[in-house]
Amino acid sequence: MTKDEIKNIIIKTILEIAPDIEEDEIEENENIQRSLEIDSFDFLKILTAMNEELGVEVPEADYSKVDTLENMADYFIQGL
Amino acid sequence: MPSLGADMESAILMEWLVKEGDRVTKGQVIAEVETSKGVIEIEVFEDGVIEKLLVEEETECKVGVVLAIINSDSEEVSQVKVESEEKIVESQKELVVETENERLKISPIARKKADELGVDLTKIEPINGVIHLSQVEAMSKTISKIPEKKEKVKKEKNGMRQAIAAAMSKSNSEIPHYYLSTSINMTPALNYLAELNKERSIKERILPVAILIRGVVLSLKETPQLNGFWLDDEHQISQEIHPGIAIALRKGGLMTPALLDAQNLGLNDTMNSLSDLISRTRTGKLRASEMTKQTITITNLGDLGVESVYGVIYPPQLAVVGLGAIVDSPWAEGDTLCVRKVMQATIAGDHRATDGRIGAQFLDKLNQFLQKPEELV
Repeated sequence: MTKDEIKNIIIKTILEIAPDIEEDEIEENENIQRSLEIDSFDFLKILTAMNEELGVEVPEADYSKVDTLENMADYFIQGL
Repeated sequence: MPSLGADMESAILMEWLVKEGDRVTKGQVIAEVETSKGVIEIEVFEDGVIEKLLVEEETECKVGVVLAIINSDSEEVSQVKVESEEKIVESQKELVVETENERLKISPIARKKADELGVDLTKIEPINGVIHLSQVEAMSKTISKIPEKKEKVKKEKNGMRQAIAAAMSKSNSEIPHYYLSTSINMTPALNYLAELNKERSIKERILPVAILIRGVVLSLKETPQLNGFWLDDEHQISQEIHPGIAIALRKGGLMTPALLDAQNLGLNDTMNSLSDLISRTRTGKLRASEMTKQTITITNLGDLGVESVYGVIYPPQLAVVGLGAIVDSPWAEGDTLCVRKVMQATIAGDHRATDGRIGAQFLDKLNQFLQKPEELV
């Protein structure tokens, strides 16, 4: 799976969990939670859905490594 | 039709989940209504038999209109409320969206926008079964705008704003608030959660906000004077704790649905119920009791980086608990200065009902619980 494919899965997941967010609001290098007003519950749901999709589990200690779309895609590609 | 919020004037009865002659029990969901805040499930408040359904599906009804007659077990015939049936507004078919008997998924904000712009939702092709705000806006550009509709939009917006303004003005002019705040060392609770979550799969993890709410609820058990209402110049303490959880609807305002009977929820159940409550709030699928039974409000602006929140009490409640962001701060322990995860907890209390002493006791209890997080399980 390419990084772009993973990014697309992440974007799709964000839009499913927060349907009031528009795709063009998601910036590659912005903090996902702050820039999109994703609270801790929705963020956990995104990680849960990604885990189901890719089988990669993000431990709490690694939350700082998945703060942006770019970083999250990097993290998952390494975990695959 | 029950009032499901200060700004609600009417709602559409979407679907009956029971039929005439059905036996119903207290708490059972019997109908779904659609409001500007999404679809709300309406429950019955006593056991009985559905005698007659007075309103057809997909009818808009003003608040106070009788929806059904239930033959109660306790009385002969208990009419839910008696009001003229003239109030029933003609069904607004353009608001009703159904495809193959399955209601479309649409966020409350997109639905509101569609209503404001006069967009026919049935003409929009959903993406993965969900209609997005951008689609509604795009569709509105393709249809011609009617000036009167615009006038109505302005009025409706003001109406909602005015309802909030009225409640908050009433609160600020009638309720003598007192405000207290304390710094809580969150390191023990966060370490405890980190250990707990290590053993758990991602699905079962507990978020800090869950342990905080659990702490608030247990502290309220010890200071029940803050949980309840000020009604008719009387202080009424509620035995049940139904904290209204302030949930921001991205771009679309704020709701405070109740986490019902939180006193009976352990840490895991608090987490699960909160998660469920938040997603149902965002997708517009709350129960009427969750919209109306709040005994206190908890507001947590920590996700936005705010350090302390001094709330305005929602009448007739008695207090608002504010939880700020958890930040690394210098912290003195004995003779040592160290860095700890610190959170500001605040309470705004109604001085007619309680004095600062009670609020202080509450914050002290909350602090104590969070220093011994194992007691919060």
